[in-house]
Amino acid sequence: MAAIKVHGYHASTLTVMVLCCLNEKEVEYELVLVDLPTGAHKKPEYLALNPFGVVPTIQDGDLTLYESRAIIRYLAKKFQGQGTNFLGSTLSEEALVYQWCEVEGQSFNPPALSIFSQIVFVPMRGGSTDEAAVEMNVEKLEKVLDIYEERLSKSKYLAGDFFSLADLQHLPCTHYLVNACGKGDLISSRKHVNAWWEDISSRPTWKINFT
Amino acid sequence: LVMAVIKLHGHPISTATAMVLCCLNEKEVEYDFALVELSAGAHKQPQYLALNPFGVVPTIQDGDLTLFESRAIVKYLAKKYKGQGADLLGNTLAEQALVEQWCEVEGHSFFPPASTILFQTVLRPLRGGTTDEAVVEINIGKLNKVLDIYEERLSKSKYLAGDFFSLADLQHLPWTQYLVTACKKGDLISSRKHVNAWWEDISSR
Repeated sequence: MAAIKVHGYHASTLTVMVLCCLNEKEVEYELVLVDLPTGAHKKPEYLALNPFGVVPTIQDGDLTLYESRAIIRYLAKKFQGQGTNFLGSTLSEEALVYQWCEVEGQSFNPPALSIFSQIVFVPMRGGSTDEAAVEMNVEKLEKVLDIYEERLSKSKYLAGDFFSLADLQHLPCTHYLVNACGKGDLISSRKHVNAWWEDISSRPTWKINFT
Repeated sequence: LVMAVIKLHGHPISTATAMVLCCLNEKEVEYDFALVELSAGAHKQPQYLALNPFGVVPTIQDGDLTLFESRAIVKYLAKKYKGQGADLLGNTLAEQALVEQWCEVEGHSFFPPASTILFQTVLRPLRGGTTDEAVVEINIGKLNKVLDIYEERLSKSKYLAGDFFSLADLQHLPWTQYLVTACKKGDLISSRKHVNAWWEDISSR
């Protein structure tokens, strides 16, 4: 069996999320470096794999697959019998996993990414942080995290009492918020969100990428 | 033993509700529609927030399961009722993966600019504000780039994930409908041969 090929960049948290998933599922893979700083992701060779020109993309036999959330979903299903069970045990549990995956994608990720973009990317490219935009997105995120706080006061993880894709999907953005944006207080000020973050971010398969 | 019918809490004007209704019909599933009176702020009342703390429509109840997020709802319905109606998921693991991939593309590359255009050109004026033309321009630019990729894909594949109508195509229906009608941006679709043929096909189901 050819090992799964992951085209990605070691400093891209979405690439790291896919690697974390592969490790949790105990699946062998080969990391093929896409050198973002030199624009490799916009060259024809990579665009042939992923026309959107972003990392990561995987190749598994004949299948070429992009969108990190779709990739981890595929891995979770294909390797359902081994490693961490990311999907729950019943159709209802699986539905709740997808629900919280969508919450991450539609309610958590957009404001978190905007904050990261303003605080890190914009200055890196010579511009200045739009503080009003940061404020607005921090407010949005506070509202979302209040709902998480309520949820996590009743449930160990987002979808239920098991670590799932929904929790995994939060690792990249929250990592940035806490470690690159100085917004750790959004997490640490909420008792249950904090406990959940401590738990999921200390999983060895995630932590190992940042040592 | 009587099977409880699925209860759909939503509003017909809501695109996300429309998407779930479309899915229920494609899967030939019976449901009860519980109107959430958005103009009266019903979606922000405790009774609704108890179902969906994010205070948006739609939410479904299926027996003990309460589920929100329209893309998660249609995924659940497509799986639960895999044996009936249109198969929206694909037959192999690889086909299903491509469905998920194009669903994600819709959710993260198509929906954000499309909904921003809708907000600026229709919703904002409706609420007494003015359209920010610069924002519209930027988002049309984004959508053009995405649709160029769709054009290439649909020149090789009848539908987004393959030769079968899937959740990925279904997820595009409500937003594209608004773009073409209320937002008057139909040229984005009609100027692209394969995207246009795809749109004609999926919107006439």
